[in-house]
Amino acid sequence: MKSNLTKFLVGAAIAVAPMVAPTFATAEGERYVLVSHAPDSDSWWNTIKNGIALAGEQMGVEVEYRNPPTGDIADMARIVEQAAASAPNGIITTLADYDVLKGPIMDAVASGVDVIIMNTGTPEQAREVGALMYVGQPEYDAGLAAGMRAKDDGVTSFLCVNHAIQQPTVGERCQGFADGLGVELGESMLDSGTDPAEIKNRVMAYLNANPDTDGILTLGPVSADPTILALEENGMAGDIYFGTFDLGDEIVKGIKSGVIQWGIDQQPFLQAYLPVVIMTNYHRYGVLPGNNINSGPGFVTADALEMVEKFAGEYR
Amino acid sequence: MSQTAQSQTVSDERVKEMSALRRALIRPELGGLVGTVAVFTFFLLFAFDSGMFSSQGVMNWSTVSAQFMIIAVGACLLMIAGEFDLSVGSMIGFSGMMIAILSVTLGWPVWLAIIVTFAMCIVIGALNGYIVIRTGLPSFIVTLAFLFILRGFTIYLPQTIERKTIISGVRDVAEGDWLAALFGGKILTGFFTWMGQAGLIETFERGTREGQPVVDGIPMLIVWAIILVIFGHILLTRTRFGNWIFASGGDAEAARNSGVPVSRVKILMFMFTAFCACVFATCQVMEFGSAGADRGLLKEFEAIIAVVIGGALLTGGYGSVIGAALGALIFGVVQQGLFFAGVESSLFRVFLGIILLFAVILNTYIRRLITGER
Repeated sequence: MKSNLTKFLVGAAIAVAPMVAPTFATAEGERYVLVSHAPDSDSWWNTIKNGIALAGEQMGVEVEYRNPPTGDIADMARIVEQAAASAPNGIITTLADYDVLKGPIMDAVASGVDVIIMNTGTPEQAREVGALMYVGQPEYDAGLAAGMRAKDDGVTSFLCVNHAIQQPTVGERCQGFADGLGVELGESMLDSGTDPAEIKNRVMAYLNANPDTDGILTLGPVSADPTILALEENGMAGDIYFGTFDLGDEIVKGIKSGVIQWGIDQQPFLQAYLPVVIMTNYHRYGVLPGNNINSGPGFVTADALEMVEKFAGEYR
Repeated sequence: MSQTAQSQTVSDERVKEMSALRRALIRPELGGLVGTVAVFTFFLLFAFDSGMFSSQGVMNWSTVSAQFMIIAVGACLLMIAGEFDLSVGSMIGFSGMMIAILSVTLGWPVWLAIIVTFAMCIVIGALNGYIVIRTGLPSFIVTLAFLFILRGFTIYLPQTIERKTIISGVRDVAEGDWLAALFGGKILTGFFTWMGQAGLIETFERGTREGQPVVDGIPMLIVWAIILVIFGHILLTRTRFGNWIFASGGDAEAARNSGVPVSRVKILMFMFTAFCACVFATCQVMEFGSAGADRGLLKEFEAIIAVVIGGALLTGGYGSVIGAALGALIFGVVQQGLFFAGVESSLFRVFLGIILLFAVILNTYIRRLITGER
């Protein structure tokens, strides 16, 4: 009887231990909370989780990951409020919806919690809510860097395949690319829609109508994959200069076979890892970089593919 | 012998004698009450110094609980009347989007946008109920259809009109609107400012709001939750209509035979559920100033979970609004409290599931033990 009771108590203690342990751990290192806008189903954020886990381990701090299970931004606002109320040393969060998150983030800053904005948002918005800095990929700058790279490679005119015309930030990639090349954007941006068959046909139609186009920019796997098919069909694959944003299975294959010159990685790992390191050093020694940090564009070419394939989904 | 017995039993022999203690124990709120005490005890022990019971923390879980309460009251009355509404979450997204489109895109005055949206929601609720009654199909299926229909419109309309799925700027157009203040405002702000000055609650440490209290009033969301709970409780326990709700859910055929207008009761309850969803959405849109196509996802299940923790039977005919409110409180406190207690994020849902299961089992067990039902 007594041993049964002991077993029960030990069992209960073991069951409860994982819940209680972190509460005591806060007494040692600094504690940070990363709040994302991504639903549970979004696997892209796994890289972020690995990034904060590694940073937390290396810096000896505790970093928690929080997200609204369904991706509901209003729920995310409550999580930011909750994170602020739990009085951490800092909060790392995205600005997925400026209107909704502005209030809770400003309140967090005002109640003495330092904030770094990562991934979504702009440096201007980050400054307006009182965040220390912004770590992410400014879309225009990424496009500009890509355009300058293409110019060095001898590209003079281009087609930008935009599958997300309703998102102005994504369109800025095309504008930046045009400015980097030093040409007018004009009619070069194609509203392709999101249907693979339509994208493929529109790209082929455009290239037929404008045969002197010597460069293509796609804005993600959605537009890149059908574009690869279009180029294979009209025989321009490997001949025309082709760059794309983001990475995916087909894109990696394309880079390997030489159809695509480079893919732009916004390097989510850095968006998670750097804020933790920066905040810890800020809180320990008072040092802070004087500028926002661009986690991308990181250009992935055929040379660097080995590393990408090895760490895909983990750190890349 | 028989004469003495007769003189002793003055009361009606059809009414069973019951002690006051037993009467107190078979109330459907009991499980919710025990659960509430247990949950608070747990978090007071394990998360006391985590900020959960600071003014900011209390406001955080109160707001989340109040959100659950608003939709739980509607879901509770509907469930007691024997039906489900799975379209609650989509209704929240839809009505929020309608308010934003009417007020921001079409430029209507905000009060008009809110009233028209409420009317639209209540009509959709009535349609839900009408289809269920006329076809005799399970409400589970009918409202599941509306879950998809409403969510589809919520994505399609803003994309067609504005080419985006988030419509913002509601806060600006709602500035000074009398009806908007009823949903997005705060009360007792003077009292909280005074408490902040008197050092009773924390104040902001820096920035433009330095010195102001971190909690500057009770949001109307919480006021709405309390009003709806009180209204629902009185309706259910103190009126003839309340008896009709129980009767409709307990045995609709028997109720019909004894003259209860079952169809009308059920349709009205569908309308009330839609009304509650619309209150939720309006408060949310007014607080955050924008409407998104993904708002309210899975909220219908959260409402049902809160109601079931609160002691209502999924089969209808039994339950209480106070119980549902306590269920919502438990759900809100557990959800936010696990964050405070520092539970690993991916394990959070595991604990939530275990606690929910535990609460419902405990509830059912206590009820069976006391009422003797099988």
